Amino acid sequence: MKKKLLSLVMAAAMVLGLAACGSSADTTDTGSDDSASGTTFKIGTIGPLTGENAIYGLAVANGAKIAVEEINASDSSIKFELQSQDDVADGETSVNAYNKLMDWGMQLLVGPTTTGAAQAVSAVTNTDRTFMLTPSASSTDVIDGKDNVFQVCFTDPNQGTGSADYMAENMPDAKIAIIYRNDDAYSQGIHDTFVTEAAAKGLNVVYEGTFTKDTATDFSVQLTGAQSAGADLVFLPIYYQPASVILNQANAMGYAPTFFGVDGMDGILTMEGFDTSLAEGVMLLTPFSADAQDERTQNFVKSYQEEFDDTPNQFAADAYDAVYILKAALEAAECTPDMSSTDICEAVVAVMPTLSVDGLTGAGMTWDASGAVSKEPMAVVIENGTYVLP
Amino acid sequence: MKIRSMKRSTRTNLITYLGVIIAFAATVILRDSGGLSRSLTGQLVPICCYMSMAVSLNLTVGILGELSLGHAGFMSVGAFSGVIAAMSLQSAIPSDALRLAVAMLVGAAVAAVAGVVIGTPVLRLRGDYLAIVTLAFGEIIKELVNCLLVGWDSRGLHVALNLTGDKSIADLGLETEGIAIIKGAQGATSTATISTFTAGFVLVLITLFVVLNLKDSRAGRAIMALRDNSIAAESVGLNLTKYKLMAFVTSAALAGAAGALYGLNFSSLQASKFDFNTSILILVFVVLGGLGNIWGSLIAAAALTILPEALRQFSDYRMLVYAIVLILVMLLTNNPTLRSVLSRLRPGASKEKEAA
Amino acid sequence: MEFLSYLISGISLGSVYAIIALGYTMVYGIAKMLNFAHGDIIMVGGYISFCAMNYLGLPSIVGIILAMLVCTVLGVVIEGLAYKPLRAAPSLAVLITAIGVSYFLQNAALLVWSAAPKVYTPIISGSLSLFGGALKIPYVSILTVVVCLVIMVALTAFTNMSKMGKAMRACSEDKGAAQLMGINVNATISMTFAIGSALAAIAGVLLCSSYPTLMPTTGSMPGIKAFTAAVFGGIGSIPGAFLGGLLLGIIEAMAKAYISTNLANSIVFAVLIVVLLVKPAGLLGRYVPEKV
Repeated sequence: MKKKLLSLVMAAAMVLGLAACGSSADTTDTGSDDSASGTTFKIGTIGPLTGENAIYGLAVANGAKIAVEEINASDSSIKFELQSQDDVADGETSVNAYNKLMDWGMQLLVGPTTTGAAQAVSAVTNTDRTFMLTPSASSTDVIDGKDNVFQVCFTDPNQGTGSADYMAENMPDAKIAIIYRNDDAYSQGIHDTFVTEAAAKGLNVVYEGTFTKDTATDFSVQLTGAQSAGADLVFLPIYYQPASVILNQANAMGYAPTFFGVDGMDGILTMEGFDTSLAEGVMLLTPFSADAQDERTQNFVKSYQEEFDDTPNQFAADAYDAVYILKAALEAAECTPDMSSTDICEAVVAVMPTLSVDGLTGAGMTWDASGAVSKEPMAVVIENGTYVLP
Repeated sequence: MKIRSMKRSTRTNLITYLGVIIAFAATVILRDSGGLSRSLTGQLVPICCYMSMAVSLNLTVGILGELSLGHAGFMSVGAFSGVIAAMSLQSAIPSDALRLAVAMLVGAAVAAVAGVVIGTPVLRLRGDYLAIVTLAFGEIIKELVNCLLVGWDSRGLHVALNLTGDKSIADLGLETEGIAIIKGAQGATSTATISTFTAGFVLVLITLFVVLNLKDSRAGRAIMALRDNSIAAESVGLNLTKYKLMAFVTSAALAGAAGALYGLNFSSLQASKFDFNTSILILVFVVLGGLGNIWGSLIAAAALTILPEALRQFSDYRMLVYAIVLILVMLLTNNPTLRSVLSRLRPGASKEKEAA
Repeated sequence: MEFLSYLISGISLGSVYAIIALGYTMVYGIAKMLNFAHGDIIMVGGYISFCAMNYLGLPSIVGIILAMLVCTVLGVVIEGLAYKPLRAAPSLAVLITAIGVSYFLQNAALLVWSAAPKVYTPIISGSLSLFGGALKIPYVSILTVVVCLVIMVALTAFTNMSKMGKAMRACSEDKGAAQLMGINVNATISMTFAIGSALAAIAGVLLCSSYPTLMPTTGSMPGIKAFTAAVFGGIGSIPGAFLGGLLLGIIEAMAKAYISTNLANSIVFAVLIVVLLVKPAGLLGRYVPEKV
């Protein structure tokens, strides 16, 4: 008994020891030359840096990092200090990450990255009065009833109705199949609004198939179902990773409908090992294209590739824009770094509806008081491995 | 004098209660004087939930001796039924504390019903077969909640199951002022958060009270007799099914109450939170704390909830370090050679060992 | 025709489950532990073969052999470092350690190969057209089924006929008695892990070829499904793992096709529960009566 007790105490001591030595260093700091909080604004990002959704969180952290480095290197009077925290795309951990950032002295939040986590954190920031700008959490529930929360990305309904409107206009006679992920807030949100809008526009939906995280390996059944229902247009309101499996399996089956994706599809062309010829003719709504020819995008893609050895996706671009939006808002509200996060929040919330920001993901982005962004989704089609306007 | 004459188990129990009360008081004083970081303050309610989960799972795994890999399923049932109860009673019970209590009771009751439904078939199996069936039930609960659509308006509660994938919250036909409580995979998205640390403390105390009393009661001794030798226990006339089910359902109900508290602590909650990994996490608390060792579960739950947060300075290596710590702790606490090496490092320990 | 194509995807998925389940069941039969890290060894096998083929430009067969070698070494090292010290410990302690190893492998993979999903180049592509193109069977499915059958037959022969195989069976019956008869129990268990991990590497290659995507978490869900399959067929039984895996795959495909894509997993698990209630030791498992 005593031995057991002893070992338990030792185990606990070890854990606490680790906990104790943890309070000092912050390895994820992207410091400016002067890290004292008197001269720079402290901003934080939250997203899954580990776990199966790490790709999105890392993109957000990296995109924000590049923007901060650019701004700090420029002659702008506003400088930022950035810290990125991991939330494993989980609500509880996300709230912990937010609290950790607040302990550090964060004044404005860029994040969380994923919808479920952002919903949990948005309620806390609303009570705390901390300004929150999420780059990529697209559900309306994130911003509903919270005046301090704004989005950089389109809302789910915006994408769902946008897709349905586009189809109604350009391919009204298509027989549409939908394959979506039923245990994912993002996917289900777009699906729900798409179906409502499709019914209103008289589109012909012939098949609806779902999958979950646990059944995301094999799509041959859903594809056979869509094929035998005669679908010639398959709508995929999902992320690009399962979409790449669907394209591969459809190709193996010899089923070649038009595939139509949303912004989550962006990134499929840069997947390592992906045969881009499979994506030939895929259409998607996206705010960002790494192939765009304008100078800002090209500079961003270049720095991103140099620093992270990877091609940025729309999450990185959204986070990059988010930092510039904060900069514009802070300038417009004439905030100073010595203001408390609560004061900054009130000041910035007041100026947000007056802003118009040009970013990588859209020119002339504006916001209404609800927090939703207004920018045009752009429909592109993949030809020869790049996005072109149809 | 009196303490010495007490039974050993009663003494340990008293110390456990006392420890929890002191820990609570110390935490509250620290928090109110600003000595606790926000990050720790934010974790207080989840820690209470996990403590309660660990103690209740210890009842199944340590005291009943059956491996359960689906404990998060009961937490899920409790969480979502608690959220539904709290959200739909918003106008009927204006007091937050009372509504939270009602929600936790509802969570416990619904989870108890789930415990009976699942326990009746499951407890006929043994060992790893029982474990895999609890895992299966946990996964089934997760998928069913993913299909669940619940809304509330002046006409009452509306519930639908989106089995074919073509229904959405709009199909409930809610009135305009109605509230959507659970939206399928999007889960509960706008819960009013009413959980408090005090409620968590009360929950832990109640859990301890229930489990410790059950353990030291006639029924508890029967349950442990079943664990140690079911055939011998049956031969002296113990009703196997009754006692097994009693422990299993109690454990489920406590997990349900903990789930309700957890669910009402966050404004957003998805069914995918309560997956196999969460069940495993709670099992880790129990095994690390010691099977059947109640206060061990409490410490392990608190330490392992804080650990990943405390490891944040390792950034990308955080979860890797967590894994290594987990493996090392298991090796240190269970390997005889390593343990004797460790005790030799401490001068006082060898004497203790001889005394033991 | 649709039914046939659903059946084929079910058999193909089931064969992958079966190969993983064979590894699970072997380790369980001898070491009496649930090796939750098995699924993650599959993932490592997938990554190693991916790197060998895409970065080093090696032919796929070399990639597979390399993956098998690395996984075998990895399996033996994990067993030696993490499981061997716990041979006398309660089985739950070993289970938790296995989970720790699983977390470790996933997070190490995340750091080494990054979070970005990679698209696996199938080791064999194309498909067989039947009935004038109305039914297409991917070659990789055929390969998976064949490999699965070969492995099952080879394993059965190995455990029944070779000396090492007989030692394994002896260890699985009674470790103490086996030791007394001069069998090196530790070496036998290490050997089991080596074989199980080599099988995991093959499973990784086939899994990624059929469902071409590779992430640090690629192995975890197939791992759990395969564990289910092993229990379904009767854990510890080699033909049981094969049968369990195959049935699991077919039930999953049929449930998706004809009942509900939302509840496919639930239906699989519900069937499992019913089967276990009727046959408490799985389809082909031996029921060992308890002694007083």
